[in-house]
Amino acid sequence: MVINTLNEDLFFIIEIDGDLDASSSIQLDTTLTKALSSNEKKIIVDCSRLNYISSAGLGVFMSYLQDFEANNTQMVLFNVSDKVKNVFKVLGLDNLIKIVTDKKEAKGLLAQC
Amino acid sequence: MLDKIKIPCTTENLKEVRKFINDNLSKYSIHENELNMITLAVDEICANRIIHSNKSNRDNQLEVEILNNNEGLVFKIKDKGEYYDNTSQVDPEILNLIKDKRKGGIGLMLARKIMDSIEVKKEDPYTTYTLIKKLKLAQV
Repeated sequence: MVINTLNEDLFFIIEIDGDLDASSSIQLDTTLTKALSSNEKKIIVDCSRLNYISSAGLGVFMSYLQDFEANNTQMVLFNVSDKVKNVFKVLGLDNLIKIVTDKKEAKGLLAQC
Repeated sequence: MLDKIKIPCTTENLKEVRKFINDNLSKYSIHENELNMITLAVDEICANRIIHSNKSNRDNQLEVEILNNNEGLVFKIKDKGEYYDNTSQVDPEILNLIKDKRKGGIGLMLARKIMDSIEVKKEDPYTTYTLIKKLKLAQV
């Protein structure tokens, strides 16, 4: 799995390419820690190339929700495949983590915050 | 096609297990989403065994076998790591995990929600998990 990050205006974009599992989730953890310490407020996760997610990947997203709330940081995922979205849905995480269709919608949503 | 795979106990090898399951089940007409869920359940149990029971020791081996019977698919996950039976453990509350900023603790819960049954047995020196998914199997 490869993670790329970039800044677009006010948005911090995280692109995930590959499988987010027990072996690779540490990379997402490191990326989100850096985003928090850099005080990024609007995080957009591009899941176009996210092929697979296991509980380890879900767990990393979950573990930052409290800090994001305390820091007034917003996070949105976009372009999540059906099979990956279903994994979020099994645990009801689709109600706790914002998932939208595309980057435009993600930026529009975060611009209002 | 092989219906059994052995991997060294490191999480880097989980993708080999997923590939093995996907390749093996490609002969059946299973919807992509359902196949992903089945793969996920096996992956979760393997990850738990590798990390917690085998301490990611690559000298230890983990075996995954796929069988089918009249009711559906049976997965056997076998290794010589530390035995524990967490199948009667109560599922954690997601909101509590978030509050505690915990990254772990949902793998078994996911596997339980996907599979119809999960059993663990100690057969010295092995611990064997048996996962059953009831499914009408049709060849492609």
